[in-house]
Amino acid sequence: MLGIVGTVPDLQFPLAHGRVRWEGRRIGIDGRSIPVNRGTPALLAAALRASECIGGQDVYAFLVGDTGQGEGSRRLYRFLARHLSEFDLQVLTFHYLQPDVDWHGRVLLAAQAMPQRPLLIADAGFMYAAKMGGQSGHYDFFTPDVGELAFLADAQAPHPFYTRGFILHREHKVPDLIRQAHGHGNTAEAMVVKGRTDYIVENGNIVATVDTPAFEAMEAIGGTGDSLTGLLTVLAGSGFERTEAALLAARANRLTGALCDPTPATQVPELIDNIPRALAGLVDQKEKRSVRHGG
Amino acid sequence: MFGFFKKKKTVSGQREPQSSVDRGLLVFENTSEVIQAENQLKKAGWPVKVMGPPPEIRTGCDLVVVFPLIEELNILRALESAGIAPTQVVPVSAPLLAPVDLFQTKDFGDYLMVRAANMKITVAKDSRRIVNISGGGCPDVPYLAEAMIGQTLADAPRPRDLGHTLCGYALELAFTELQRTC
Repeated sequence: MLGIVGTVPDLQFPLAHGRVRWEGRRIGIDGRSIPVNRGTPALLAAALRASECIGGQDVYAFLVGDTGQGEGSRRLYRFLARHLSEFDLQVLTFHYLQPDVDWHGRVLLAAQAMPQRPLLIADAGFMYAAKMGGQSGHYDFFTPDVGELAFLADAQAPHPFYTRGFILHREHKVPDLIRQAHGHGNTAEAMVVKGRTDYIVENGNIVATVDTPAFEAMEAIGGTGDSLTGLLTVLAGSGFERTEAALLAARANRLTGALCDPTPATQVPELIDNIPRALAGLVDQKEKRSVRHGG
Repeated sequence: MFGFFKKKKTVSGQREPQSSVDRGLLVFENTSEVIQAENQLKKAGWPVKVMGPPPEIRTGCDLVVVFPLIEELNILRALESAGIAPTQVVPVSAPLLAPVDLFQTKDFGDYLMVRAANMKITVAKDSRRIVNISGGGCPDVPYLAEAMIGQTLADAPRPRDLGHTLCGYALELAFTELQRTC
């Protein structure tokens, strides 16, 4: 089973966990239905569509309502620190959560104490907390965009908001930033750096790049990073080797754009609708057969 | 608000060192209280700034209000009467982090995108309607996107009013820059 942890932008949404279902631009969990716009619901939607396409594993989510005040995130952190060891997950992806160094450390300890350590992916706020707490190396994957990579490369910045200007100025030099971030111990074992060119990184080395198909508009569309992380979660949990999973995720995410000719006004659900077609074009029958079932 | 954002830079791009001996930090429960306190104190004429806290009091998604120590009692009184008392008041003892002050603008023809730190906001040039918000990692980003997308720059709620985190604060800066340029 694949675990995904994140928030829903609705203060009334309680702490909920359970298997997630695709309900046509909405996702269902524990008797509740959530619209797919951006953030963790978009990541979940992408994961569900991808898993459905390749016959992958069930998706299990841990969600809570939080609109930025952090109370929901802290409730979820407390739950995970107490109960994570009761779950058997092949992949555990952390997403939009209020960055909190203390709680991050407790949740990471709980993840490491699980009966079988899952492959750990951190994105968004949880990735910020991992870097801030000096614990990036405990993760299998980070999925930063170029701005977030600059933050990882800045030894002093506790949040992308404080990335120093002389580092931000080097954003066009992604390989330099990757080296610098790795040198400071601020990278996961592997990374997908999302941008005009997507960089697949293993232990600080660029092992592959993906730059086609290219759509300038994708940078403006909120949620395209979330969909990539959803794809990566499913592919990494479906028997693909780490670099291969990252490459497929990056390519499929771009192909979702190729199938709808996006503009800067395109909304991410339109791209997520294309995931099955995009993935089907990439994952051949042999790979489908090699998909491990479990959870 | 956000006057701190226009501070001068040295030739190398590093921010000018600031004297810290006469300054204190007001630490609050969350970023929304920081923003409220900043608004309140600036309205009352105090020369305060919002900055990043030093490592010893940093917990996560933080901002603090920097104030002249000599004014401590008056400032605390004003904040208490406004119902936003800080959780801690400490003297500045280490260099503080300055928020990002670089914007990147991208022209897509019919659309214009502005980025501040990790937050991007895009508008249609003809209608000045917000068509997308991307980037960020704090939980108020999807909430702000839901509230702002589809609204014009004139009518949209401001991130500073609805947001609570540093991502929300970065979006406010990008929003302000977009209002200035579009």
